[in-house]
Amino acid sequence: MVNSTNILPNDAAAIITILAQVKDPEVPVLTILDLGIVRNITIENEAIIIYITPTYSGCPAMDVIGINIKMRLIEHGYKNITIKQVLHPAWTTEWMSESGKTKLKAFGIAPPQYANKLPNEKIIICPFCNSQSTILISQFSSTSCKALYKCQTCLEPFDYFKCH
Amino acid sequence: MTTTSYIKYLLHLADNALILGHRNSEWCGHGPVLEQDIAISNIALDLLGQARNFYQHAAELFNALPATAKQQLFVSNLITEKIATGNIITEDDFAYLRNQEDYYNFVLVELPKGNWAVTILRQYFFASFSNFLFTNMLSNSTDQNLKAIAAKSLKEINYHITWSADWLLRLGDGTTESNIKMQEAVNNLWPYAINMFNVAPYEKELLLTNTIADITAFKNNWQKQVTEKILEATLTIPETKPSWLGDGKSGIHTENLSYILGELQVVHRAHPNSLW
Repeated sequence: MVNSTNILPNDAAAIITILAQVKDPEVPVLTILDLGIVRNITIENEAIIIYITPTYSGCPAMDVIGINIKMRLIEHGYKNITIKQVLHPAWTTEWMSESGKTKLKAFGIAPPQYANKLPNEKIIICPFCNSQSTILISQFSSTSCKALYKCQTCLEPFDYFKCH
Repeated sequence: MTTTSYIKYLLHLADNALILGHRNSEWCGHGPVLEQDIAISNIALDLLGQARNFYQHAAELFNALPATAKQQLFVSNLITEKIATGNIITEDDFAYLRNQEDYYNFVLVELPKGNWAVTILRQYFFASFSNFLFTNMLSNSTDQNLKAIAAKSLKEINYHITWSADWLLRLGDGTTESNIKMQEAVNNLWPYAINMFNVAPYEKELLLTNTIADITAFKNNWQKQVTEKILEATLTIPETKPSWLGDGKSGIHTENLSYILGELQVVHRAHPNSLW
């Protein structure tokens, strides 16, 4: 029987193009590829397995991301899709793409920087006015991945994507 | 059998995170100021995430056990009935179908959330303990999945330690009133914190084959570290008097846990097998 999926481009490159359209639901300027959470794709006959790794242990976006990946692939005609979570090696902000960091800043979130420094040794640059005069308000903010800062020049509070 | 002991050990790690996460989540909407409400709720979420990782790992090992071994692990009726059906056991089954005698968390984490002093001091004791434990796991465990969970958790725990230690200093070395409340919290929680180092029977068995981290090996370093922090906060370490403290790691709990489980499990009991 000729199945419609046979005419679909069944290679990882085609699937990656589709995954590039799946956004992080909590930081919607970033795609899951920008975040670096897609670790592997395997295709056997028509069975596609996408391996993703969680950012933070309790990140509620992970379940939504899994569903969104499936939906997007189904829209493109893929049927046999499995999402698997891998824990090893643990995700790090080092895997975030440079274009992702640029998009974050344009969105008003200071991108992760100085992974090897302690929080009190870091200068976090204001994403709005580029001032270096900023202060930490709280290490915890609206989502697990962010800390709350305030700019002392333009006085705007802003989120900083924590190094992890 | 070593695998069943190892599953109990994983459940012990999971239960600690789940129950403390539940306690911390009670502050959601009630924190002293908005930023701290968000902070403690974020910590609760981290702990829930860690618990899920440990439960999922335990479930994978559990489902691979022979049927006879599966039936000997728990005494709670609901999970025993589910196991008897032959269906696979999931993270939700561990959380929702076990009664308190099958929970292995520290008594420390089930104590009521108390005032802010109690909450932040408990977080400091638990996070600094976890930091030693997971660091030890990273270098010594041969279980790649456990090491991956430990590596991820450690990144989060570092934030928990910094945050709770800051509060300990601020309140201990703050006003007369905050100092009194902080000292009361130290007096009340100290014996339970020391009890984290009790070695449960399943740990003893696993230690024989070097499968797990030996907590007694870092007890002195932990005690030195937290004592220094408590003294820095202008507080004192209380003398410990013998009293009944339970033994949560072996399933002997205070009544506090049954109230948590009552709340945690009620929706699942009312709507069995629902997903949300």
